[in-house]
Amino acid sequence: MRLRTNVDAAPGRSPRQAIPFLLPALVVLAALVLYPLVYSLIRSFFDARGDEFVGLSNYVDTFTDPRTLTAFRNNVIWVVVAPAAVTGLGLIFAVLTERIRWATAFRLVLFMPMAISLFASGIIFRLVYEEDPNQGIVNAAAVGVHDVFSPASQYPGARPREGYAATEAGFTAARPSRAGEVITLPLIGFSPQDVPAQALPASVPSAGDGELRGVVWLDVSVGGKAGSVDPTERGLPGVAVEAVREGKVVARTTTGDDGRFTFPDLARGEVVVRLPSSNFTLPFRGLTWLGPSLITPVIISSWIWIMTGFAITFIAAGLSAIPRDALEAARVDGATEWQVFRRVTIPLLSPVLLVVFVTLVINVLKIFELVFVIAPGSVQEEANVLALQMWQVSFGTGGDQGAGSALAVILFLLVAPAMLFNIRRFRRERS
Amino acid sequence: MTLVAEEVRIDVPVSGAPRRGVVSRAVGRLGNGFVQVLLAVVAVFWLVPVFGLLIASLRDEAANTSSGWWTVFTKPAELTLDNYAELVANQAVWQSFLNTFYIAVPATALVVVMASLASYALSWIDFPGRETLTVVVVGLLVMPIQVALIPVAKLFGAFGLFGTITGVVLFHVAFGLPFAIFLLRNFFTGIPRDLIEAARMDGATEWVIFKRVVLPVAKPAIASLTIFQFLWVWNDLLVALVFADQDSAPITVALRAQLRQFGTNIDMLSTGAFLSMIVPLAVFLLFQKYFVQGVLAGSTK
Repeated sequence: MRLRTNVDAAPGRSPRQAIPFLLPALVVLAALVLYPLVYSLIRSFFDARGDEFVGLSNYVDTFTDPRTLTAFRNNVIWVVVAPAAVTGLGLIFAVLTERIRWATAFRLVLFMPMAISLFASGIIFRLVYEEDPNQGIVNAAAVGVHDVFSPASQYPGARPREGYAATEAGFTAARPSRAGEVITLPLIGFSPQDVPAQALPASVPSAGDGELRGVVWLDVSVGGKAGSVDPTERGLPGVAVEAVREGKVVARTTTGDDGRFTFPDLARGEVVVRLPSSNFTLPFRGLTWLGPSLITPVIISSWIWIMTGFAITFIAAGLSAIPRDALEAARVDGATEWQVFRRVTIPLLSPVLLVVFVTLVINVLKIFELVFVIAPGSVQEEANVLALQMWQVSFGTGGDQGAGSALAVILFLLVAPAMLFNIRRFRRERS
Repeated sequence: MTLVAEEVRIDVPVSGAPRRGVVSRAVGRLGNGFVQVLLAVVAVFWLVPVFGLLIASLRDEAANTSSGWWTVFTKPAELTLDNYAELVANQAVWQSFLNTFYIAVPATALVVVMASLASYALSWIDFPGRETLTVVVVGLLVMPIQVALIPVAKLFGAFGLFGTITGVVLFHVAFGLPFAIFLLRNFFTGIPRDLIEAARMDGATEWVIFKRVVLPVAKPAIASLTIFQFLWVWNDLLVALVFADQDSAPITVALRAQLRQFGTNIDMLSTGAFLSMIVPLAVFLLFQKYFVQGVLAGSTK
């Protein structure tokens, strides 16, 4: 603070008068923070029930348990990726917002996630990444983009009733055909409700000279005869049909509204009729964001959403505290703006960047709620982090408070360097 | 951290007017228009997830399971407040909403009172070990709460506090104190010594100096602390997950049970999440400046 004076030079009159002021806070801190720290340390050397001294075996178990190792691995990923990403984004946006008039509004928007609970943020991102493209917007966007480049098929999952072999290219007829024949091609495995509205009742075409004709229709077995065109059954419009000779497509056509198709000019000889797989491919449903392989990146992205506003605001405060003279001096000496930024701004800002980074690392080590909420129960093992594992082992399914205490102590040791960092900074500032 | 608290006090960028700084010219070549568009896109990216949750909370179960919230742009008639009515009518959920207040209000008040008192002693009363005590408090700033979960659960069990609102409050007070003392001590030591000395000359007791001189000056710091602590407790899940039982659970814990079938519970979860967000968002928008100061200073927790 600007007004800070030397505190030690202004002592109160009697040490005893400090007691009533300090007592309430000290009692609470001693009973609920310091005593538990010591207790956890001792407890970590005892077994699950706390009866038997087991030495270091809880720690050995911890470092050999695959679940905990996964948690360790994920914590490492978090620490390596997330704080650096947020510090970088914070620096970029803090510099860029100096150029716009609505900087205040921008920072307000990005800071807003800090106000709401990690639990609520978790639900927000669970919804964002929900796998069903009718619920999660990321997959909806992915499907939208995908379908622009490869349009969705019209009859996903449908297949011929019999006599066709499923191959990579599509359903290929087991027997060859030739001009003058009529092919009936009943399809099944598709809901009548999904048949396009323009579909007309199916009818078998008459044989035509020099032409190969046929009909593709939805063969509803209920109330009709399997494999034959019943009066109520409709043709399937828009189905691509290919004629293949010696492995090469020699003709291609599409069924009409009544399901009929015709190959008009087939040269003499036999062809094999094939329904290309593009008719039937199941629609692209997006990625399994909340599955085992993508879950940690997904949760990290939600954390970036939460913390970037903090980094921007913090770094912007540091930027505005940089003395203008230093920058002007560099400019007078002929430095380009980029050089000023690299050689003057960044070095002057580095203490602030370090504080932001350390703060974010501490935050990342304690990450719990986001993993707990965003990872569905079935993939929580893959998304596991130490703080969550500690809760699960001690209070969740585990119920082993010896191992839980060991994890708590490990967590404490991981945070301890930050503790020393804070104390050293504090001491330095006082002297 | 000290530096943090101080820097924040010097400059509050969120509420200040944008400054055409010299650094900004470093990226001048990018072109202002491009920057404007880029930042606008980023801002939209930040808003869309929350907006989606809000819309989802205003659509019924059938709508939420069959189509995405963005279809609301073509079918705005689907919007309804039924989810909120249903949730508020649900006795357990409403009770958990109230519990969140019953936990957050005392946990905030106690921290503010205890930390003010302790910070005064650490700033203006000379006693042996003052330096050590201050360093211990700074060290405790980053203490992970996991360290205390098991021992305090045992302790509360012995005193009949496990599963009670009192227990949850006490735990929050304990882990709120280090930062609170740190923040207030920084502010208190910045009060001009003359003010304190003059009061002492007049024969004022420590209690009177604390009440009449220090507290009135420290209002901004206390406001930041109050808002930060209140939201910290309001937003908690882990502490309540361990120490609260069904009757004392806050809204985060109450909603947690719904998480198992996320896809079919979007209506209730989004509504519950939004209900729990209303208070923090209101506090954020109303007390922006104090909140930002508090969060920046308390980010190490």
